[in-house]
Amino acid sequence: MIALYSFDSLFEMNSETATVQQVALEKDNIGDFSFPENHKFDAGTGLNGDTLDYISKVKDEPAWVNEFRHKALAVFESKPMPTNWATEDLNAIDFDKIRYYLSDGATPKRSWDDVPPEVLETFDRLGVPEQERAFLAGVEAQYDSEAAYSNVKEALAEEGVIFVTCSEGLKEHADIFRPWFGKVIPVGDNKFSALNSAVMSGGSFIYIPKGVKVKHPLQAYFRINSENFGQFERTLIIADEGSEVMYMEGCTAPKFETATLHSAVVELVAMKGAKIQYITVQNWSSNVFNLVTKRGLAHEDAEIRWIDCNIGSRLTMKYPGVVMKGERARGEVISIALANDGQHQDTGAKMIHAANNTTSNVISKSISIGAGRSTYRGQVHIPKHLKGCKNNTECDALLINPKSRTDTYPAISVKGNQHVTQHEASVSQVSKEMLFYMQQRGLSETQAMSLAVNGFINDLVEEFPMEYSVELKRLIDLEMEGSVG
Amino acid sequence: MSATLEIKNLNVSIGDKQIIKDLNLTVPKGEVHAIMGPNGSGKSTLSKVIAGHEDYVVTDGKVLLDGVDIAELEVDERSRAGIFLAFQYPAEVPGVSNANFLRAALQARMSDGEEIDAVAFYKSMYAKMDELEMDRKFTKRAVNEGFSGGEKKRNEILQMMMLDPRYALLDETDSGLDIDALKVVAKGVNSMRSPGRGFLIITHYQRLLDYIKPDAVHVMSDGQIVKSGGAELALELEESGYDFLKTA
Repeated sequence: MIALYSFDSLFEMNSETATVQQVALEKDNIGDFSFPENHKFDAGTGLNGDTLDYISKVKDEPAWVNEFRHKALAVFESKPMPTNWATEDLNAIDFDKIRYYLSDGATPKRSWDDVPPEVLETFDRLGVPEQERAFLAGVEAQYDSEAAYSNVKEALAEEGVIFVTCSEGLKEHADIFRPWFGKVIPVGDNKFSALNSAVMSGGSFIYIPKGVKVKHPLQAYFRINSENFGQFERTLIIADEGSEVMYMEGCTAPKFETATLHSAVVELVAMKGAKIQYITVQNWSSNVFNLVTKRGLAHEDAEIRWIDCNIGSRLTMKYPGVVMKGERARGEVISIALANDGQHQDTGAKMIHAANNTTSNVISKSISIGAGRSTYRGQVHIPKHLKGCKNNTECDALLINPKSRTDTYPAISVKGNQHVTQHEASVSQVSKEMLFYMQQRGLSETQAMSLAVNGFINDLVEEFPMEYSVELKRLIDLEMEGSVG
Repeated sequence: MSATLEIKNLNVSIGDKQIIKDLNLTVPKGEVHAIMGPNGSGKSTLSKVIAGHEDYVVTDGKVLLDGVDIAELEVDERSRAGIFLAFQYPAEVPGVSNANFLRAALQARMSDGEEIDAVAFYKSMYAKMDELEMDRKFTKRAVNEGFSGGEKKRNEILQMMMLDPRYALLDETDSGLDIDALKVVAKGVNSMRSPGRGFLIITHYQRLLDYIKPDAVHVMSDGQIVKSGGAELALELEESGYDFLKTA
């Protein structure tokens, strides 16, 4: 495992670290830039069977994948928008105006030198190659529909670690891939998992062999460059018995006039005694609909942790889940959501206990700024025939302005009397007196707000690897700019 | 430029209620002035008005910081200009450690591109904490969260020592302190006395002034200063109380 640091220890480090932070704190628009489109392959606008055939053809897919796509499209079309429980804002998505596949070709480069210049510059500006050199064991960099770059350190490859795009996985590692693909999250799980299954492209396939403990994180970066575009990456991670892996994903898009759709499906499989940590720091621009299905299957003594940080987007709907299928399996969701003006973070967790003595933990913190809205939905399911299961759920909301809004919908279904569950929820505000106090010490209103927000999530940020906690702090500081006054 | 904190003909209201009436007071640098008075006389309001609290409306008069009218300055600008307020009830800042908070406050005083030297910062903070008999673990605790009354007041004094203000306003710093803590706090304040700094100490009781000897004592009642004198005035008040205000 790599060392974890808190903000406190960050500040106590040498001046070199301080300089990195200062650079990070400089005001820039992070992901808000784009290059002219230059796509060899374009499936056109709108969605029908031909779209799927086009994608299959460009990717040169086996017949079973094309069939899978067509079945999924039928499921997608048959399912209504879930506006019976979710926001009506979903109706603003016009599926006929979205472009479902844009790429330069389906084969990622193994060297940054071979990546097209504008794509390289994009990822350079986002700091991806630099991070790879500094602390990553492998990187995939997706640009619109396909990975432009994908590489894993040689030493890991020699141990049998597979880190490729999903398209490569299903073709070249079908024997490992197919038994689990679509099994953790079936096509018909929800409307958007069906959509993803129909038009999926990009994403990662990772296999960690028995007993291999990957010390450094593997990272994927998902970048949207084109307008009216939908990104539908598909990720499957299989950690074989006793293995360990940490996977991190980052996401950005430029701010366009029109809505952009990001709808991923991520399936994790932790075999007996394996550990998977999946970390997300997303910073979508405020026009992205981000509708993602993430679930892990934890076998006996396995552990799956989702660490999920949602900043930006117009609407995010995401409820990472863990199905604890084997005895003593553990599931955890740690999430931070920041909803700025005009944004809705609808996030939460699903913990399905399906074996004795399984343990789950959910800690969710949300921050609503301006007219921003955060919603927590949590599902905990412990059936009657089990014993010795434990769940802990904590969800805390911080409201910055009087217009800010938060809602909590916990659904805890615990049957039988041999379990331990607890649920705590709180809503707090940055009080006027706290602000006055901080300002009296010389902090501007914005600095004071930033510090208060960072304080609110500090205990969760400590769960992030240091490099990501610096990034997170920077993103929060940027979000707080102009949020007060 | 006059080296004083000067309050001129100050009138302050909150809502419809006038709390401070035609108040005049000058605290020169290098001096310690005490304001005493019964509860509700407007002492705490005065300190918050000087700090720029938005709830209070200055209807007339002004506050001059070394000759400069600070009416247009925001709370944080006044702080960076050299005004420090030690709160009677300091706010809690959950999740933000004392070290980070102080560091952010100091960083806010630096120009763009200038960086705090982390080593020097900790060295300086530890030295002052030793003076105030504070445990090193304190740096990692969240600001004022779960602090005892005494810890909160020491923390205020530590912040004052670190921020090195031109004028320090101490609002009821002695309240809630036992005698040992009171002595430690007084020691901290006394170590900060210098020709370049003025103090305005607001207190209900005289006992803090046993340890911090004031150059002048003012009695405030009903929003006005009704009596001024030297250190001996505090002792007089200790004996006779504030009853004279009623007959006056």
